Amino acid sequence: MPHRYFLVALGVGALLATTACSGPFPQSTLHPAGDLGFEIDRLFRLLLWLAAGVFVIVESLLIYVAIRYRARPGQPPPPRVHGHTLLEISWTLAPVVILIVVAVPTVQTILRTQRPPGAGALEVSVIGHQWWWEYRYPESGVVTANELHLPVSRPVVLSMTSADVIHSFWAPRLGGKRDVIGGRTNRIQFTPDSIGVFLGQCAEFCGESHANMGLRVVVQDSATFAAWIADQQRAPAPPDSLGAAAREGLEAYRRIRDPASNTCIICHAIQGVSGGLMGPNLTHLGSRSRIAGDMIPNTAEGLARWLRDPVAVKPGSKMPNIGLTEPEIAALVAYLQSLR
Amino acid sequence: MTPAAAHYTSTGLDNKKLAFWAFIGSECLLFGSLISTYLVYKGRSVSGPTPHEILNIPVTSVSTFDLLMSSLAMVLALAAVSRGDKVWARFWLGTTAFLGLVFLGFQYYEFTSFVREGLTIKTNLFGSTFFTLTGTHGAHVAVGVLLLLTLLVRSFQGKLGPEKAINVEVTGLYWHFVDVVWIVIFTVVYLIQ
Amino acid sequence: MATATQLSAPHDSGRSGLWSWITTTDHKRIGILYGVSAFVFFLIGGLEALFIRLQLARPDNTLVSAETFNQLFTMHGTTMVFLAIMPLSAAFFNYIVPLQIGARDVAFPRLNAFSYWVFLLGGLFLNASFLVGAAPNGGWFGYVNLTSRQYSPGLNIDFWVLGLLVLGIASLAAGFNFIVTIINLRAPGMRMMRLPVFTWMTLITQIIVVTAFPVITVGLVFLMFDRFFGTTFYSLAAGGDLLLWQHLFWLFGHPEVYILILPAMGIVSEVLPTFSRKPLFGYAVVVYSGALIGFMGWGVWAHHMFAVGLGPIADSVFGATTMLIAIPTGVKIFNWLATMWGGQVRFTTAMLFAMGFIAMFVIGGLSGVMHSNPPADLQQTDTYFVVAHLHYVLFGGAIQGLFAGIYYWFPKMTGRLLNEKLGKVHFWVTFLGMNLAFFPMHFIGLLGMPRRIYTYRPELGVETMNLVSTIGAHIIAVALLVFIYNVWRSWRRGEVAGNDPWEGATLEWTIPSPPPDYNFTVIPEVVSRLPRWSVTQMKAIPDVPPEPIHVPGGSYWPVVAALGIIGMATGAVAHALWIVLLSGAVLIFSIYRWAFEPFEG
Repeated sequence: MPHRYFLVALGVGALLATTACSGPFPQSTLHPAGDLGFEIDRLFRLLLWLAAGVFVIVESLLIYVAIRYRARPGQPPPPRVHGHTLLEISWTLAPVVILIVVAVPTVQTILRTQRPPGAGALEVSVIGHQWWWEYRYPESGVVTANELHLPVSRPVVLSMTSADVIHSFWAPRLGGKRDVIGGRTNRIQFTPDSIGVFLGQCAEFCGESHANMGLRVVVQDSATFAAWIADQQRAPAPPDSLGAAAREGLEAYRRIRDPASNTCIICHAIQGVSGGLMGPNLTHLGSRSRIAGDMIPNTAEGLARWLRDPVAVKPGSKMPNIGLTEPEIAALVAYLQSLR
Repeated sequence: MTPAAAHYTSTGLDNKKLAFWAFIGSECLLFGSLISTYLVYKGRSVSGPTPHEILNIPVTSVSTFDLLMSSLAMVLALAAVSRGDKVWARFWLGTTAFLGLVFLGFQYYEFTSFVREGLTIKTNLFGSTFFTLTGTHGAHVAVGVLLLLTLLVRSFQGKLGPEKAINVEVTGLYWHFVDVVWIVIFTVVYLIQ
Repeated sequence: MATATQLSAPHDSGRSGLWSWITTTDHKRIGILYGVSAFVFFLIGGLEALFIRLQLARPDNTLVSAETFNQLFTMHGTTMVFLAIMPLSAAFFNYIVPLQIGARDVAFPRLNAFSYWVFLLGGLFLNASFLVGAAPNGGWFGYVNLTSRQYSPGLNIDFWVLGLLVLGIASLAAGFNFIVTIINLRAPGMRMMRLPVFTWMTLITQIIVVTAFPVITVGLVFLMFDRFFGTTFYSLAAGGDLLLWQHLFWLFGHPEVYILILPAMGIVSEVLPTFSRKPLFGYAVVVYSGALIGFMGWGVWAHHMFAVGLGPIADSVFGATTMLIAIPTGVKIFNWLATMWGGQVRFTTAMLFAMGFIAMFVIGGLSGVMHSNPPADLQQTDTYFVVAHLHYVLFGGAIQGLFAGIYYWFPKMTGRLLNEKLGKVHFWVTFLGMNLAFFPMHFIGLLGMPRRIYTYRPELGVETMNLVSTIGAHIIAVALLVFIYNVWRSWRRGEVAGNDPWEGATLEWTIPSPPPDYNFTVIPEVVSRLPRWSVTQMKAIPDVPPEPIHVPGGSYWPVVAALGIIGMATGAVAHALWIVLLSGAVLIFSIYRWAFEPFEG
């Protein structure tokens, strides 16, 4: 009989939901860690309960009708009912009421979350690239990539645009996403309320390595954040103070190659060394926990893998495989890791 | 099946005419999208000639008048075909087609002089939207001229009697529609700047 | 009444063979052509889905490359929307609508054939891109500037733009044809408010088609001009606005989803009353709500753009209009339930699929209402939560509705019933498979997995659910195999159906299965909305025509014209102007020959 199968299916679904719903979910929208996330979550839970209610009512009616009115042999033809005006009006108005109940807090939330930011907010410029995230802090002059550091409990405004195609900045635990579009500046504002690391990734299809455009938001207490800012503002150590391997790496970094587009300094910037704007700023690469759009751990092994063949790691990568030798790679790793 | 039964329709409207009105509805959305894009991009070109600098209203007024007169000729052509007047049918059909060709001539002159003055379809937003919009309209006029010349040839073949007036009527509807679209374009692009 | 049922295959002697199918202008044959072609494309789209799911079964998987994956999901979406659901619906428009209104054929039979051939060639053109390794890879929605020449220099997007333009021509031609057919070719007494709901939904769908397709045509033409001729429509450097594409696309795209669902809703509105032995509850309301959905569908498009930053006022307005459109949709569901209430429900496979439509569409509709909420949507948009929503409404809704139509009308088209036991297996295995495949996607999305990614990190914690979804997709495939076997077996050896195996209420059940070429021996005179159930019986239709009926003999100009169109597209994608011009000449020539050949429509 149809209803039994349906209940089985429902049971299986519930079981799956519970078994699959264990463990930490670093990109979950259901565990907000900031005011924007909370606002959205509150609305979502209202919608979820209402939807669950409607679901139960409608599906129960369907199952009831299937069981109660199934054809049995020898029945006379059923009465010809063509309609019922009062019923039509009721089930048209009832959804209207439900929608108004939803609409009011919704519009309030929209206005609240899109209000112009207050004066003390921390401003960060976000620029989307294929396939990495650039961050600039106008207040402190810091330029970094992929790993966004924020102080806890201070309102932040991300002013975002794209250097190429449309991307979307999304750190789910901190709130909803916002598209990052060339030719316009979009803003997200929120106040993170928990210390921790929150993962995210690009959420608008942007080409071959759209899946490899991760990001992470590191929320720190104000002292730690201030220390981080200070570190990021400090110039890198002078070349003479570098170890032998790192100095070799600096040479490899500066080497002019053939074709010229294989030369690191054309695309990358390191304070005091080069000023390329196409790729991420590497001045403090050593301080980041991951590289390549938050895809690979920033370890000697990870860096080496990336340098050896960026295109294999990130299909379509604009950073070409320039055929570095293993000694060159080891030297570069030493140099890059020294850039804390 | 008798001819009367073959032409029975639920609304009394000929199938071709009803199809044609549906087509015009669709074309309104087509030209509407083109005109809306023109308006959205108006004044936002970052370089290149602007409408103010390059559009020639007096000359375009003449071509607009020409197109309006062609609609009048079309009406007279339909009337002539409906009453079986072969001579005047051919005259007015030919006149409509001729006036349509004159309009196309004006468009050709305008497009080539714009290109000479530095405005092509690639130059800026104005160029892209202007040439696409008026070019699409011009293509519609050209199709209309082809339809009219076809009707003219049929007339000379003796195959455009009053029983075929529906074909002339539908062509007329198309022609008037294309004319109305031009009035809108002329107003939006040339007159309101 | 018992008639000597003819067990002829769907064509009479003297009209068999490949040439008769190529030149056919008979709406019934064109319907079958649409149905078979669309089903093949549906299987291709399904294979693409299976590869997608296999790649996503494990994190960091390497079954397919990123580029291949991007082509797979682009073609899966494009194929399912334009080459599967729309033409499957068209199969029923073609076969059933003239029968339901008491007509001998559609208003413009050759235009009808033209629509089919352009669709088929357009679908082949799009898929031919795989042969040159350049299948479209910009998503079915093709956002600029990713799809501009600068960021997509290859042929992929050229195939996509040209393919869609060609398919648009097919849809528009069919749209005009059916609008005129339904308005003008109704049998005497078939007032508009006596039309079967399926025919009403067809009419509304076609009105949406002819108004929405011009908008995407313009958007695509702008993209084509940018890519081919260097125009500036979507050029940032020239001051262009990337959102122009999104507005044009979604102004088409949202009405498009109603094009996809309304016909299936029409089918459900036919099947439920038949197998409840009760008339449709609230016929007028169901019709009006369909019209209202079609109309209101124009006012909601920017709900696809809530993350774009349109501002609080636009967000609020579009949130409100989107919530409002849930109301006529919900009203239909309540009327369907009320139809069954107090009836005598027979659980044929068609009925199971119709009920399955209700069950699954409700889920999809509810997640849709969640999306209508702009702040909530900021978490949901571009994630697997939307993928769950769209598959519940399009697979759980449209596809199940279309299967209901297949089981319901297959006997009419072939004279034989599909096997009910196999049908029930098909239904339940599909039910299991679809829920396993798509329900976990709600969670996957809420836990942070975006759409359109070829792989995902294990840290997300969504691998188990992805694996379950992959298994579900394969279960759907198994169900489809059962269905294909059922069709293959039943076409020639199924139980004989007779005129009216289901005791249906509408005109198509008054004539033999399959119908003769001319459909009705005499055009019926309709006296009620439910001719076969009505107390006032209409005059009986004789078994043989009282006078000879002449049926048009077919034409090859529609095929030639279609070849001209696809030739132009091929020339464009090959950057060969001479092919474009030559094909254009073929097109114009064939239009003239078509216009002047003697053909009694």
